[in-house]
Amino acid sequence: MATVTEKKAPKQKSDVTLHYLRPGKKFPNVWCPGCGIGIVMGAYIRALDKLGWDRNKVAMVSGIGCSSRMPVYLDFHALHTTHGRALPFATGVKFNRPDMNVVVITGDGDALAIGGNHFIHACRRNINITVILINNNIYGMTGGQGSPTTPSHSYSTTTPYGNAEKHFDPCTLAKAAGATFVARGTVANVPQLEKLASQALQHHGFSLLEVVTNCHTYYGRLNRMGDAVTMIQKFKEDAVMLGKAKKMTPEELEGKFIVGVLHEEEKTEFCDVYDQVVEHVSPK
Amino acid sequence: MAKENRQLLQGNAACVQGALYAGMRFFAGYPITPSTEIAEGSARELPKLGGKFIQMEDELGSIAAIIGASVSGAKAMTGTSGPGYSLMLENIGYAFMTEVPVVVVNVQRGGPSTGLPTKVSQSDTMQARWGTHGDYSSITVAPSTVGDTLTETIRAFNLAERFRTPVTILLDEVIAHSREIIRIPEPGEYEVIDRVKPTCPPEEYLPYEITENYVTPMPAYGEGYRYHITGLTHDQHGFPTNKPSEIIVKLDKLKKKIENYKDEITKIRVEMMDDAEIAIISYGSVSRAALQATMLAREAGVKVGCIQLYTIWPFPEKELLELCGKCQKVIVGELNMGQIVHEVERILPRDISINTIQRYDGEILTPVQILEKLEEVL
Repeated sequence: MATVTEKKAPKQKSDVTLHYLRPGKKFPNVWCPGCGIGIVMGAYIRALDKLGWDRNKVAMVSGIGCSSRMPVYLDFHALHTTHGRALPFATGVKFNRPDMNVVVITGDGDALAIGGNHFIHACRRNINITVILINNNIYGMTGGQGSPTTPSHSYSTTTPYGNAEKHFDPCTLAKAAGATFVARGTVANVPQLEKLASQALQHHGFSLLEVVTNCHTYYGRLNRMGDAVTMIQKFKEDAVMLGKAKKMTPEELEGKFIVGVLHEEEKTEFCDVYDQVVEHVSPK
Repeated sequence: MAKENRQLLQGNAACVQGALYAGMRFFAGYPITPSTEIAEGSARELPKLGGKFIQMEDELGSIAAIIGASVSGAKAMTGTSGPGYSLMLENIGYAFMTEVPVVVVNVQRGGPSTGLPTKVSQSDTMQARWGTHGDYSSITVAPSTVGDTLTETIRAFNLAERFRTPVTILLDEVIAHSREIIRIPEPGEYEVIDRVKPTCPPEEYLPYEITENYVTPMPAYGEGYRYHITGLTHDQHGFPTNKPSEIIVKLDKLKKKIENYKDEITKIRVEMMDDAEIAIISYGSVSRAALQATMLAREAGVKVGCIQLYTIWPFPEKELLELCGKCQKVIVGELNMGQIVHEVERILPRDISINTIQRYDGEILTPVQILEKLEEVL
């Protein structure tokens, strides 16, 4: 078993992620071969590495699901919490310690179903937390049940005759709820994903990065979408840059998804405002 | 000598004073009767001390936020009532499993469900012990006066920090909302315990190491000790495990760190028990009526004594057995349909007659009612 030391960062770009793996952690990981979550993790780590943040000042908080296992493998403060509750835990960490960089890794079921209420309220507060929402349109860990982003009519083990429900668009939801940075990327375009991750991490306020990814094991298989490579190839075809999308008609955008920075604005951040309150009421 | 700091406070306000005395610097909560004044008082006082108050979107979020604050270094508390406590149980379980010190105040009201928002009750006693799923040992304290509420809140924080565990304060609505003049203690008057931090180098730190007392030192975020915290059953490194040998070690740790120190967690008040033939056992607001009834009965020559449980969980088995072993009769008074009485029945010898006086109509038990019960039992 190779042990990972943190003394010196390897020079090769491809090895940067190894430098951040948790020492002594027994691999392999829980993800299926071909899973997109590893691609997201790589892009996130490279973005973070370039920012040069002290890893003692990074807290990764997650809930339950395949994506939420990511903090197990990475050498940061890691809080693997209960299903849907990553954001309120993260809120406690960030509010208590605004000097910490707090990153939430979550999935579509975790963030939007059981954690939906926490998600919109964290957006509303505009607390300086970065959320990476890895959207694979299904509950993977429990074996392929329909999630709030499972598209209408598509199949899962709990929608065996096609999904009768509508699905959420996490980015529209976040923007409406008050998030001040909203972006979408896909595992099919890794350089862009890394750039978006970097922007999301640096944004001062609540930032959401939705990553469209593959669960070929369940969603792909149940909907006859092929293997991991075929699914990722399809994302490449369906992803439309925001600039290009603006020139397209709704008919042309049918079945596609828009990638890029979808929303960005400056608003006062929750912890900053509270600090002003503290300043105002503390005995002089 | 400086003038004593005396204040007319309700129980909920005394709870906030006790928490601040113990070093609380983070509170997250959600409005719910009859506990809301705890949140309001925290919202008012914490920023003055550089502390943090946040009103969360619900109780699920409130308990999550205080655990997040605690792992990042703050002494943290939340306050709620039965319906909110039910929602918090999910992450109270997380705090047990991950061994994160937090204090949860449950100002009890009648239930089940929305129940009686403004009426007194002690019907969450068993919930405080066994509420969240799984096996674990828990600590619960129960004050009976406004003054007690302040000191028991300090004690709750001390127990939470010392044993790295969530501690529940069960407060009766009638204590939470009664106003009494109490003395605010001076700094240094009561011991304040802080969690033990690791002294070893970070690379040698085992976040769930089995130590002599089963409590592992706990660093705050940003202090160089990066480790993994999970609600999954984990090994001493904090990594998820399915190995039977490691599962046993973890669950035994949760139990032994508390059960081995029961003597130091138990707190009871004993009155007139030396020659007592009858013992009245109670906790919370009922203990006040029980003491009054005991004094009145003594005046009439009845050999009765009373025992008040400040620590409800872990249950003070040894102490009750010693104290009641020589009695012929016991009366257990509670504001519920019978919860602690089952524990009393479990531990006392079969030849002792165990009687109950219970009230669950949203009103308090009075000394007269307890005296009537005494007459009936005699």
